[in-house]
Amino acid sequence: MEKRQVVLPTLSRVAVCGGTHGNELSGVYLVRERLKKKKVVEEEEHVSVVTVMSNPRAVQHCRRYTETDLNRCFTRATLSSPVTDKTPYEIVRSQELNSLLGPKGSPEATDLVCDLHNTTANMGLCFIAYSDRDWISLHIYRHLQRQMSGIPVRFLHFDLPLNEAYSLDSVGKHGFAIEIGPQAHGLVRSNILSAMQEGVQHMLDWVRLFNSGAQFEGGQVEVYTMVKNVDYPRDPETCGLTAAIHPQLQDRDFCLLRPNDPLFQTFSGETLKYKGTEALYPFFVNECAYYEKGIALSLARQRSVGIPSIRSEREGERGKFKSAAEEIEEEETEEEGSPIEMECEKQSGSL
Amino acid sequence: QFSCVIRVAIFGGTHGNEMSGITLVNLWIKNGKEIQRKGVETKPFITNPRAVEKCTRYVDTDLNRAFTTENLSAPSGDDLPYEVKRAQQINEIFGPKGSPDAYDVIFDLHNTTSNMGCTLILESSKDHFNLQMMHYIKKAIAPDSCPVLLTEHPLLKYSTSRSVAKHPIGLEVGPQPQGVLRSNIFESMRVVLKHALDFIELFNEGLEFPPCSVDVFRVWDKMDYPRDTNGNIIAMVHPNLQDCDWEPLNPGDPMFQMFDGTTVRYEGVGTVYPTFINEAAYYEKQQAFVTTRRETLVAGAIKKA
Repeated sequence: MEKRQVVLPTLSRVAVCGGTHGNELSGVYLVRERLKKKKVVEEEEHVSVVTVMSNPRAVQHCRRYTETDLNRCFTRATLSSPVTDKTPYEIVRSQELNSLLGPKGSPEATDLVCDLHNTTANMGLCFIAYSDRDWISLHIYRHLQRQMSGIPVRFLHFDLPLNEAYSLDSVGKHGFAIEIGPQAHGLVRSNILSAMQEGVQHMLDWVRLFNSGAQFEGGQVEVYTMVKNVDYPRDPETCGLTAAIHPQLQDRDFCLLRPNDPLFQTFSGETLKYKGTEALYPFFVNECAYYEKGIALSLARQRSVGIPSIRSEREGERGKFKSAAEEIEEEETEEEGSPIEMECEKQSGSL
Repeated sequence: QFSCVIRVAIFGGTHGNEMSGITLVNLWIKNGKEIQRKGVETKPFITNPRAVEKCTRYVDTDLNRAFTTENLSAPSGDDLPYEVKRAQQINEIFGPKGSPDAYDVIFDLHNTTSNMGCTLILESSKDHFNLQMMHYIKKAIAPDSCPVLLTEHPLLKYSTSRSVAKHPIGLEVGPQPQGVLRSNIFESMRVVLKHALDFIELFNEGLEFPPCSVDVFRVWDKMDYPRDTNGNIIAMVHPNLQDCDWEPLNPGDPMFQMFDGTTVRYEGVGTVYPTFINEAAYYEKQQAFVTTRRETLVAGAIKKA
């Protein structure tokens, strides 16, 4: 698979979004500064960048959300639900954002949506996406990994079909969240904000290079795929926590958790161990916002994914497409050692 | 000075998203064995239950600024902010503030996003009992350190929930994000409280504590973030200052980093010791950090009458 080259449409429109959660301040500050310095839509060489403050009301109150989590409002069901007086603010807003940056699944959708987040977990810089075979996202990921030395860069994959994908980044033809931690909500740490600024800059640089016709070689990248969530032990009556993340697990996101490794420490000092049979990689360990979602940590498998060489389509290459479905079918039946083929892939909305 | 039975309260949830104190107090409300000491009545208490329920710092107004004379004497009514009503209730149960009926000691448990370790907060430089307690605690947890912040300042002192007691002690442990419970922070707070209660028990049993000196950091000034004409913050705590609570800040040292990359330096007259560096809750109070100066206080001998 690495031997072939994939040709993809240029990414003419890119969206940079912050403040999807109003208290995740790196993205809020980054978007605010971009909006101050430049116009909302910035026509630069090779790409048009839209900068969006996703949840202005939550930002104003420095809260994650006002009525409901905006970043869970982008499923097909929520985007198409009728709006009444009683509709929560964030659902109204998700439909507005879908009009602005989508509509999700349509040919008019923004080519690439990048949504900026912070986490209280010690996750470094994480791409979070629904696909592990979106070559654009994976190439940008590899690019940031190579360019950024001060912070670990990883790729997290949540295996959900587009209709069920619930976050803002799923509105674009390509999309991902960039999640950086650890940073407490409601404040900005200089190293974290700098990392986010650097990451966004490298991403936009890559997009410009891609759009100008550069070719990016294939290779292998490591991807973490979400397997399951683990909740805190709770009091059956009050549902309150009866234990905290064990000190030996705290801050050790992406360090392999083996069966019988310490997981929680009860308030009476007892160690509760990981009872799973498979060693997995923990992430979102002790993320503040997930207490109410019943998640103490999440667990992932890691594997190596081959990415093909890619370049953007040239003038005169439009129309020579295979549909995305045909492309995937071909991948699955392709044998080792087949001749180098030029294939064109069109991103249709109906994945 | 003290009644036969020393009355001690332990406050958690004065800010509803500072999880160590909330967790400890709820634990002790269920089973108070750990905090029992001979001759001491210890009452664990959640001061701001509505804020705790919403996991937010406060509902209407900051409870830990609400215990002003004006608030406490305001005629009670439904249109008062929730926390003002609550302050009046707390004053009734544990006060009245300034009267002989007030509780002897109140520990108020807090967390901070700042890298302050286990900080003890002292409100009066003349509180010999508290000074002796803090001296005892510092010795007990050595070599770990337990800085003492003295908030006695004509302008910057604020009216805390613990100020209802004769001997108020603030316990501020960090760094911990709001809404998060970290094991190590939780355990540190628990250990400090254990030593504090041990001290009270020893005092109650008649042990005499000889004169001692205690190094403290006295609040000096507060520094806000650089802001634009709309009031938006336009700089962040400089990487050289971030997490350096209690370390000396000298004139000329980096203080803030503007978003355009330029450095803003400290231009004070002498060396100060900053604390509450990058506390999330203080962005709205126009406070990036607080400066302090070192001082040595002397506590006289104390013994129960």
